[in-house]
Amino acid sequence: MANHFPNEAEATHDHISSVGSSVAIWLILLVFTGLTVGAAFIDLGPLNTVVALTIATIKATLVVLFFMHVKYTNEKLVPLVIVSAIFFLFLLLGLSMGDYATRVWR
Amino acid sequence: MHTSSTAVAENHAHDNPALLHHFSTEAQQRNAASLGMWVFLAQEVMFFGGMFCAYLVYRFKYPADFAAASKSIAILPGAVNTAVLICSSLTVVLAVRAAQLGKRKALVAWLLLTIFLGLVFLGIKGYEYHDKYVEHHIPGPSFHFDGDLIDHPGVPASQAHTQMYFSLYFAMTGMHALHMIIGVGIFAYLAWMAWRGKYGAEYYTPIENSGLYWHFVDIVWIYLFPLIYLIDRHK
Repeated sequence: MANHFPNEAEATHDHISSVGSSVAIWLILLVFTGLTVGAAFIDLGPLNTVVALTIATIKATLVVLFFMHVKYTNEKLVPLVIVSAIFFLFLLLGLSMGDYATRVWR
Repeated sequence: MHTSSTAVAENHAHDNPALLHHFSTEAQQRNAASLGMWVFLAQEVMFFGGMFCAYLVYRFKYPADFAAASKSIAILPGAVNTAVLICSSLTVVLAVRAAQLGKRKALVAWLLLTIFLGLVFLGIKGYEYHDKYVEHHIPGPSFHFDGDLIDHPGVPASQAHTQMYFSLYFAMTGMHALHMIIGVGIFAYLAWMAWRGKYGAEYYTPIENSGLYWHFVDIVWIYLFPLIYLIDRHK
């Protein structure tokens, strides 16, 4: 057939995760879970929160890229939707805290 | 489009019945379904984001009370539940893979294992909620928190402020658990339809999209676990 969507010429098959790579990601996620529990008992001052959220973000990124197949998606709008969601989440958190954190007169 | 409408129609004639007439290819149809699911998940990010924002604001406002309340929660059930959810994400990945490869029995098995792990999570969550009930940590008339402010030993934590912590605790973990219950229901339906042979290499969109939902709920927990159980533990 005539191809109206050139970028779909190579995209007739979706990526199929291999068992090996899925198990590897699973093990990494479990290791990071152990790490974050261990790190929680070490006193790093304000860095405890930073370490915990950094590990959580690494885990979430692995889940999104590999388990949710975003690394291999043919649909180029999916990354845009994800970036938009993160952007608006930070807008919500950032502007709210920009208000509450600066109410020194109260 | 006008030059090739016949070609499109002929192409459809060879294709599987799952390919709807307004899509050119199976890949295009799958991509459209996937994009729609992602837009739904973006909305879910904003939904949970509102509660995370409330948690952030109050934690910033009452840090010592929140630390005291957070330290009263046992860490082990939360850690086990995190591992259980990560395992269930793996079984979802393997379910999607089984569907893509057209392995019907493997698909049903992975879906059932996912449901089992989801129920284990909810069981442990119920056990934790029961602890909160016994300890009078459920917000309401019988709420009572015994404990000192973390930075000031001897100064009891505020009942109102610790109650706010537990209100947010129940709102966030409760809404997450509701998503788990819905997920278990969806997966039960999928397992039934998979058993009847509805899904295979040519049509597995419901498996793929429900999998995305399950992984998203896993990600919410990946953030809830450190925020609720861990970040005040060192104090």
